[in-house]
Amino acid sequence: MAARDTVEIRRVTGTGVPLRGNDVDTDQIMPARFMKEVTFDNMGEYVFYDARRDDDGGLNDHPFNEYKGGSILVVNKNFGCGSSREHAPQGLMRWGIRGVIGESFAEIFEDNCKSLGMPAMTADQETVEELQSFVEDDPDAGLELDVESEVVVYDGTEVDVAIDGAMQEALVEGTWDTTAVMRSNIDRVRDTANSLPYVEDR
Amino acid sequence: MSRNTLYDNVWEKHKVAELPNGQDQLFIGLHLVHEVTSPQAFGMIRERDLEVAFPDRTFATTDHIVPTTPEGRERPLVDDQAENMLQALERNTSESGITFFGLDGEKQGITHVVAPELGLSQPGMTVACGDSHTSTHGAFGSIGVGIGTTQIRDVLATGCIAAEKQKVRRIEVTGSLGDGVYAKDVILKIITDLGVGGGVGHVYEYGGEAIRTLGMEGRLAVCNMSIEGGARAGYVNPDETTYEYLKGREYAPSDDEWDEYVEYWESIRSSEDAEYDDIVEVDADGLAPMVTWGINPGQVVSVDEPIPDLDAMEDDTARKAARKAFEHMGHSPGDTMEGYDVDVAFLGTCTNGRLSDFREAARVLEGREVDDDVWALAVPGSETVRTQCEAEGLDEVFREAGFEWRRAGCSMCLAMNNDSLGAGEVCASSSNRNFIGRQGDKDGRTVLMSPAMVAAAAVEGEVVDVRGRPEVGN
Repeated sequence: MAARDTVEIRRVTGTGVPLRGNDVDTDQIMPARFMKEVTFDNMGEYVFYDARRDDDGGLNDHPFNEYKGGSILVVNKNFGCGSSREHAPQGLMRWGIRGVIGESFAEIFEDNCKSLGMPAMTADQETVEELQSFVEDDPDAGLELDVESEVVVYDGTEVDVAIDGAMQEALVEGTWDTTAVMRSNIDRVRDTANSLPYVEDR
Repeated sequence: MSRNTLYDNVWEKHKVAELPNGQDQLFIGLHLVHEVTSPQAFGMIRERDLEVAFPDRTFATTDHIVPTTPEGRERPLVDDQAENMLQALERNTSESGITFFGLDGEKQGITHVVAPELGLSQPGMTVACGDSHTSTHGAFGSIGVGIGTTQIRDVLATGCIAAEKQKVRRIEVTGSLGDGVYAKDVILKIITDLGVGGGVGHVYEYGGEAIRTLGMEGRLAVCNMSIEGGARAGYVNPDETTYEYLKGREYAPSDDEWDEYVEYWESIRSSEDAEYDDIVEVDADGLAPMVTWGINPGQVVSVDEPIPDLDAMEDDTARKAARKAFEHMGHSPGDTMEGYDVDVAFLGTCTNGRLSDFREAARVLEGREVDDDVWALAVPGSETVRTQCEAEGLDEVFREAGFEWRRAGCSMCLAMNNDSLGAGEVCASSSNRNFIGRQGDKDGRTVLMSPAMVAAAAVEGEVVDVRGRPEVGN
């Protein structure tokens, strides 16, 4: 998948992938031995590689085996903690995930989601667990994450959820690629740099 | 909202602009680069025909994938993928005019060991690196943050990240550490008290008597593991200990500039009337050596106390997580970590791979031998650390005790080279993460502890309490 050009992302729809448990670390999502490639191209193949397999190498009943084709990941607290590796959300995206909803996210993981234009939305424990149960009971049911209105729509109902203000603005306005906008301030960047005693004037 | 803290002060001095999405554009004064998370970012700026904006504020080293045996470092590396990553970094840094501390150089090592020891990390800076342990540099009184690869692209192309200010939590560590108890024990205690997600949305400011009396290497170990508590950054206000450490280092200010720099460093300290979003107190008096019993760095217990009782856990999710940890580690209710069998002892990493760590471990090893059933590995955090250790004869102490004495790299912290934990093996480790599969095989088991505790575990073949041993004082 080529890097997507900046587009507006107002909502994400699809079926769900319920992944229960707090503190799921990025080493679980993307084991380090798969990061020896100089591109992200193959990362989709390695998502939860070890967790998805039994000792004999066969696939087990992990949600990433059971809910293939899902595009909305539903997780619990502190998802994506540990290593900063963008390989983790890159892998999720390349596997097919387009949005994540959970009780909370580790900060670097959330930043990485924003960099990729993949909304990470939050809700309380009860809301998340109900959504996980709904998907488990009806894996083919469609869900919608509405980034703009901060709701998740499923089973004919709308439930309020939240999204970080900057992420929402960036996705809805299509400004989540920050390089160009920051580059346009490059003269001010140099002024700031020159005002610091430890940076040599230029 | 916090006010007049070091975090507020340094942020304001580095803020370039407010972005349309409400975030701040923050100038990054020191960008550290390594081989695993950067090649894609260099590819992205090349695709856009952009150049590195501040090559003189960018420094690279190779650490994650490098072999740690002398013969393993001969080029080309045996592992084609590792060789490819290394070549990509060599090419990217040379084309961009970035200083690279390469594999055959005497300054190579783990980025978070190299930058401090060369005097690159200084108070009042913003530091970013595509590595979550960038929090380490906060030990100097800087804001150090781990970033993803797309953010590396931003820093390469603009010298900036887009970021939001976090809350500031003051962690007041009162009292003083007893013999055989170290900075590592303090941070493990903090993480277990506040939880692995407790710091999300916060920056940790460490202070109090037990932090003030730590040397720089201890402060580096504390700040290093801030991220294991969910805090992206952690820092200590700079003081005489900081200045004394920096003086004379290669990239530190020269004598001529020294006073001007100290004035800046003093100006960004948290003021006496600083306001914090919250304040937490942790008592270092009576603190025991801390070890992990489970599969995240918050599952921590005093070495001599029983691991938690599953049935006593009220929260269903916490009980399920603990049960998973029990199964992975092979625990039974009522077990203590003292006496837990160990197969591998691993000493090193960006947490505990510095000179003082090897000195502390060597004191325990002097005149002793590693247990016959233990594979023991000492991996200096940098080639500079290795040279310093060898000048003091510490390498001989390790070798004579039965440790393998290696060259610098991340090694078995995450097993991206061939230093890897086998299935079912237990590793007493001075590293920072005990996640499943982190050190190699997914059935490997990690017990995090201080360097002195790793040395003692290597000798005894099981987790032991290092307190009371004459070599650590009593």
